[in-house]
Amino acid sequence: MFETVIGLEVHVQLNTKTKLFCSCPTSFAEHQNKNTCPTCLALPGALPVVNREAAVKAMRFGYAINANVNHVSTFDRKSYFYPDSPSAYQITQLTKAIVQKGELFIDLEDGSQKRIGMTQAHLEADAGKNMHEGNHSKVDLNRAGTPLMEIVSEPDMRSSDEAVAYLKKLHSTVRYLDISDANMQEGSFRCDVNVSIRPKGQEAFGTRVEIKNINSFKFVAAAIAYEVQRQTEAYEDGVYEQEVHQETRLWNVAEGVTKSMRGKEEAADYRYFPDPDLRPLVVTDEMIEEAKEIPELPDAKVARYVEELGIKKADALVITALKEMAYYFEEMLKYGAVAKTAVTWLTSELLGRLNKAGLSIETSPVDAKALGILVSKITDGTISGKGAKELLDHMMEHEDRDIDALIDELGLAQVSDDGAILAIIDEILANNQDKVEQYKSGKEKLFGFFVGQTMKASKGSANPAKVNELLKQRLNS
Amino acid sequence: MITLKEALTKSSEELEELKAELEKKAKGSGLNAYVGFESSGEGVPILVKDNIQVKDWSVTSGSKILQGYIAPYEATAIKNLKSKGMMAFGRANMDEFAMGSTTESSFYGVTKNPHGTDRVPGGSSGGSAAAVAGGIAIAALGSDTGGSIRQPAAYCGCVGMKPTYGRVSRFGLAAYASSLDQIGPITQNVEDAAILYDAIKGHDDKDSTSADFEIEDIANNLNPDVKLTIAVIDDHISQADTDIQKAFASTIKALEKAGHTIVHKEMSNTKYDIATYYILATAEAATNLARYDGVRYGTRAESNTTEELFFNTRSEGFGTEVKRRILLGNFVLSSGYYDAYYVKAQKVRHLIRDEFNAIFADADLILSPVAPSVAPKIGANEDPLEMYKSDMYTLGVNLAGLPGISLPVAKNDEGMPIGLQLIAKAFDEKTLFNGAASMEKAVNYTK
Ligand SMILES: [Zn+2]
Repeated sequence: MFETVIGLEVHVQLNTKTKLFCSCPTSFAEHQNKNTCPTCLALPGALPVVNREAAVKAMRFGYAINANVNHVSTFDRKSYFYPDSPSAYQITQLTKAIVQKGELFIDLEDGSQKRIGMTQAHLEADAGKNMHEGNHSKVDLNRAGTPLMEIVSEPDMRSSDEAVAYLKKLHSTVRYLDISDANMQEGSFRCDVNVSIRPKGQEAFGTRVEIKNINSFKFVAAAIAYEVQRQTEAYEDGVYEQEVHQETRLWNVAEGVTKSMRGKEEAADYRYFPDPDLRPLVVTDEMIEEAKEIPELPDAKVARYVEELGIKKADALVITALKEMAYYFEEMLKYGAVAKTAVTWLTSELLGRLNKAGLSIETSPVDAKALGILVSKITDGTISGKGAKELLDHMMEHEDRDIDALIDELGLAQVSDDGAILAIIDEILANNQDKVEQYKSGKEKLFGFFVGQTMKASKGSANPAKVNELLKQRLNS
Repeated sequence: MITLKEALTKSSEELEELKAELEKKAKGSGLNAYVGFESSGEGVPILVKDNIQVKDWSVTSGSKILQGYIAPYEATAIKNLKSKGMMAFGRANMDEFAMGSTTESSFYGVTKNPHGTDRVPGGSSGGSAAAVAGGIAIAALGSDTGGSIRQPAAYCGCVGMKPTYGRVSRFGLAAYASSLDQIGPITQNVEDAAILYDAIKGHDDKDSTSADFEIEDIANNLNPDVKLTIAVIDDHISQADTDIQKAFASTIKALEKAGHTIVHKEMSNTKYDIATYYILATAEAATNLARYDGVRYGTRAESNTTEELFFNTRSEGFGTEVKRRILLGNFVLSSGYYDAYYVKAQKVRHLIRDEFNAIFADADLILSPVAPSVAPKIGANEDPLEMYKSDMYTLGVNLAGLPGISLPVAKNDEGMPIGLQLIAKAFDEKTLFNGAASMEKAVNYTK
């Protein structure tokens, strides 16, 4: 029996206004090489200056994962020639990263949590992009110098499920902290996976294989599964030494396999050394204060939802998994929605409609205010659940958001007036004397019949709770 | 040639005439001190070393690899001097990427020493020093990584000053060794050096290694009558030629006569300076010069693959000395050698700084030779190791980040100038210039 050992390295693109070492914008540029300057083009004589915002965002991440935030950190040069790396070295933090030794708690299937150690998170500059067109190669340096935070975990994960849970937690954490868009498709959240196996009970780690640049959680799971199988088979066939090398492999989506990226003989020598253009990054008290402004994170939200709002933990996990969903939910409560009802209306009614329409919570045509008011109207009896669904359907298609006016307009108001309901009840009872007798002699099942008849006669507009209450009064008198 | 101080009083018409005259004289001089006659700004023309960026100029660091490159931005030092009544005029020849002590490694050919045209002007700022000494520039900017301002000034008989590391912004100075490079003035006299230094110094947000504190103007407060304690390192002097030793002895006498106190100090052998410097400077240079790859600017060699593009461009674009230093730098940084060379050299660098600081506990300045000999003949230094050794007196100042100034004190029998340097503690340019002004007066050097 084997144990899988997984460690993850995640590159998160920080959502700063400007690049890590120059004042070029990080925003989308219409033209190639537009967002460039002498520094990010590596012209002779240009120098780097550390972006304060990037440092504060990295520090914020550090505080959020209970890490040591180093008040002094240093930058190193990592040398390699590549057309999209203008200075032919990447400025990174090898020896003393800004964030060291943190922890992240992942949520497992059985509802428990597991602690994953975090080795470090450091700042580094991204490269540009090479584009190949026919016989030509072009270089676009708009992205060159964009700040990345590389987050390195301890080899604490033991299954692909744990690895995916870690990535999901990390993904939601950086998004809650508003330090990254973390868009995997666009490459602002990139993961490299280190996988090894060892016989159960063995303490020493096996040979670590790195799988680079996998751009979805699904592929992470698939790549790990493939790699574990490959390594296990090699072990069982007695060819582990020959077939499992410390190397970098790439996930091949089409074939569903990992493939060796380069020969093991060509281990790169990056010739790291401290960047003499940059003094150590010394954080100021103001930076620390800013970095410590941390919004409520998923774990704290789940606890609060369960304890204070009385929501089921499973529901709380669903709502908090996405920052936008949690904020939507909390906004609904501000407009009078009762928490438990809000959960149902958000997670099943709204999400169901959004999914069908190919939309998401971020692109929802119905905002939290409208849905919050709608839910409050159910609770106070103004409309029935059925009426509310009709109203939500209407709002999905129309822009008017005056809920009271819409209820009138669509004739969804519930009749809660005692007199009006009693008039209907009395008519029903008068027309069904025989059944009233049967009820009074013990056939209590008939109560449902009277409710149904009353609702039908009111064309569904009577408040069912009221109908129940008044019927009981009349029948038991 | 009129001094910088005098030139700053001239009208713009007079300065225009002066500029035209400089160009004519420079072209007729046969010194090959200028490699271009570009002009930028208004005011007193200052010659600029070919590694300092002036917007819209072709700035090439004396290298083939940067032919065709036009600087799209301006160095902070140039911006600063333009705001002080000066302009950039002409590019000065230099050793390729400031790597050399003779200006022989330039793509543009060797510059000649105005005191003997069969001799080198020193380097790497050889064009700047030869032009100022040869009367074809009022003043010039150079850069000093291991003596590249002070040594050519000494060889050519003019004044060359290297500021404390961090005093002058390096933004726009094509990097050789980032932790050692400083831009500084090369002038006809000490006061001019102070004027030009004042003009270019100051904090710069664009240079993270720039020192961030207010500094007073030096030139207006220059005091040659101040009495100082000046240290000499007897051991070091014994390694210089007899000519230099003689000049050193008579300078000490002149300084004592002027009221200064001489104290005798010890320092470890300069061979450690040489080893430390050639490890650290080449390590930094190897990465600083990695950007010259033919992808974005400069010359690009014929190639069929990316690897060939890098390989051919750099093989054809760099000269021998630059290649030697890139190889050396990559070697000392490579895995397995990093600790033995780079890390050890960093430790020695701290020890060298400590030794200087210990001396400055008892002295205001240190007096030292600049070079062990007068300017050698062109082509005399075939062995690179011999050339490296000739930097023995200047490297320590860069390794410790200190300010130093070289000024001429005498000529030898062949009429070749001999320069000596004063060294001050970090950020004490005021004492450095006061001492230099006093020494200039005391030695009464005639051009
Ligand atoms: Zn830029």
